[in-house]
Amino acid sequence: MSGNLRTRKAHVGRRDRWEAMGFLLPSFLLVMLFFVLPVVITGFLSATDMSSSTGFRHWHWVGLANYAKILNSPRAMSRLWLTLQYVALTLVFFNVGMGLLLAILTTYVSPRMGTLFRAVWLLPRVTPTVVYVMMWIFLAADAPYGVINQLFLEPLGIAPRYWVAAHPLLAIVLVNGYIGASFGMIIFTSAIQSIPVDLFRAAMVDGASRWKQIRHVVLPLLRWPLLFVIVYQTLSLLTSFEQILILTDGAYNTEVWALWAYHRALNNYWGYFQWGFGAALAALLVLIGVLLSVISLRFFRLKALIQRPLIESL
Amino acid sequence: MEKLSEWTTRIALVLILVVVTLPILLGYAWLLISTFSLRTFGLMPVNARGELGGFTLRNWSFLKDPLIWQVTINTLVFALGITVGVVFLSALAGYALSRMSFPGRRFTLTLTLLLHAFPSITLLLAIYFVLRWISAVPIIGGLLGYNTLGGVTLVSTAMQLPLGIWLMKGFFDNVPWDMERAALIDGCSRLRAWWAIILPQIRPGIFALAIFSFIQGWGYYSFLIPYSFMIDQTRSTISTYLNNMISTTSPVNYGQVAAVGLFQLIPVLLFFLLAQKSLLRIFSGGTKGAA
Repeated sequence: MSGNLRTRKAHVGRRDRWEAMGFLLPSFLLVMLFFVLPVVITGFLSATDMSSSTGFRHWHWVGLANYAKILNSPRAMSRLWLTLQYVALTLVFFNVGMGLLLAILTTYVSPRMGTLFRAVWLLPRVTPTVVYVMMWIFLAADAPYGVINQLFLEPLGIAPRYWVAAHPLLAIVLVNGYIGASFGMIIFTSAIQSIPVDLFRAAMVDGASRWKQIRHVVLPLLRWPLLFVIVYQTLSLLTSFEQILILTDGAYNTEVWALWAYHRALNNYWGYFQWGFGAALAALLVLIGVLLSVISLRFFRLKALIQRPLIESL
Repeated sequence: MEKLSEWTTRIALVLILVVVTLPILLGYAWLLISTFSLRTFGLMPVNARGELGGFTLRNWSFLKDPLIWQVTINTLVFALGITVGVVFLSALAGYALSRMSFPGRRFTLTLTLLLHAFPSITLLLAIYFVLRWISAVPIIGGLLGYNTLGGVTLVSTAMQLPLGIWLMKGFFDNVPWDMERAALIDGCSRLRAWWAIILPQIRPGIFALAIFSFIQGWGYYSFLIPYSFMIDQTRSTISTYLNNMISTTSPVNYGQVAAVGLFQLIPVLLFFLLAQKSLLRIFSGGTKGAA
C-alpha cells in the first residue's frame, strides 16, 4: 500500500515538471521578449553609436564613450539635480507625507466618510493619464479660463498667469503627487487597521491624547510599510515620465532624466534618434531599477511567500 | 462638553481632508461643467459674451466623427486584449507556482517579484527594437509587430504580467487542495483540475484582476506605449487621440476636449464604482506604473 503510494508520488513528481513548464511557457516567452531581452539590448545599444543616421547597418562599437559623454555633458548635471529635486519633493510631501496624513485622517473620521475620501483619492489613479493631466492644465490655466486664478487669486488681487509655466517644478510635483499619494494611503490604512484595538484602548486608559496615540502607537508600527513605500515609490518616480510628457513635454526646464532618455531615443522634434546615447541614459536608470527592486524584495516577506507547495505532500 | 469637543475635532478633520482634496474635486468639477458649456471662465459656464450661461451639447458633436468610434473600438480591443491575456496567462503561471514543484521554482518566484517592482518603462527603447524584429517575421509581424494594435497589446500585457502572476498565485494559495488532490489521485490531468476544479473557486479573484487589468489597459497603458509604437492615427487609442487635441498649437476647443475626456472616463468610473472593494485589495497588492 505504502509502496504503491510512493511510486505514485514519484510519478506525479516527474509529470509535474513537464506540466509546470507547459503552464509557465506563455508567460515565460513574454517575459523573455519584453523584460529580459530588452535589458540585454539596452546594455548592447549603450555601447554603440547607433542612431537614425547610422541606421541599423553602419554603426560602430564605441565602448563606454556614451557614458563618458553623459559625464561630460553640462546638461546631465542640471537634469540629475532636477530629477533628484522632483523625486525627493514628491516622495516626502505626497507619496509618504500626504499618504500618511490621509491614512490617519480617514481612519479617525467616520467609516463612511473615510471610505468616501479614499475613493476620491483613488480616482486620479484610475483616470486615464491624459484626462487627468488635462484637468491640471485647466486648473492652472491663465485668466479667464483657469480655475485657480478665478477662485483663489483674483479675489486676493494676485495677477493671473499660467501657473505651470510660472512654477514648473511645483507643477510636476503636484501632478504626480496627487496620483502617488493614494498608494501610500492604502498601504498605511491597512497597516493602521491591522493594529490591535487593545493597544489604542491601553493608550486611552493611560490618558494619551490623540496626537500621542499617533506618535507612540501608530507611527512605530508603520516602520516597515513606510520603508516599503519609500523604496517602491522612489523607483517609480525616478523612471516615470508620462505625466510630465503630457503636461509640459519637458518645456520650462522640466525634462527629468527618464524623459531626457525618451526624447533622445524615441521621440523628438528633429527626428534624429540617438539610440546608443539614449540607451546609455536608460541603462543608468535600469541599473538603479535593478538595485532598488532587489532592495524592495526585502520588504515582501519572501520566505513565507516562496514556501514549498502543499501539493508536495501528496 | 466632552461630546462637543469630539464633534469639533471631527469637523476639523473633515475640513482638513476637504482642503487637501480640493484640487481633485475642482478638477473633476471643471471637467463636468465645461463638457456642457460653450466656454468656461474657471468653473463658471459662460456664453459668447462672457456672461453666465452658454449651456450647450455641441461639445459632444465629436460623437458623429467616425474617427472617434474607430479609436474607441481600438481602445476597447486593446484593453480587452490586455485583460484576457493577463488573466489567462497569469492564471496558468500562478497555478504552476502555487501548486507544482519543479526545478527553478524558487528562482521563478523571486524573478516574478523582482519584475513586479522593476520599472519596465525604462525598457521602452529596447522594446522598440524587439517590435521591429517581430515585424520582420512573416505573417506574425503584421499582427504583433511595430505599428500594430496587436504589438502594443502584447507589450502592455507583458508589463502587467508579473503583478498578475503574483496576485493569482496568492488566490490559488488560499484554495484548500483536498478536492484537487482527490481528482489528481483519480487520474485527472493537471490542466483539467486547473480548469474544472480550481478556477471556479477563485472566481472573485479573477473578476477583480480582470477589472483591474481593463481599467489599467483603458487608461494607464493606453497612452505611452501606443503613442510610442503606433504611427497611424486610425490605429491610435482614445488617449493618444486626446493628447493630439491638447498638444496642437492651434486654438483648442476646451469644451470638446473635456467632453472626450469625460467620454473616456465613463467606463472607468462605472467599473470603479462596481468593484471598488475588490480593487482596493489589488491596489494594496502593489500597483505598477505612475508614481
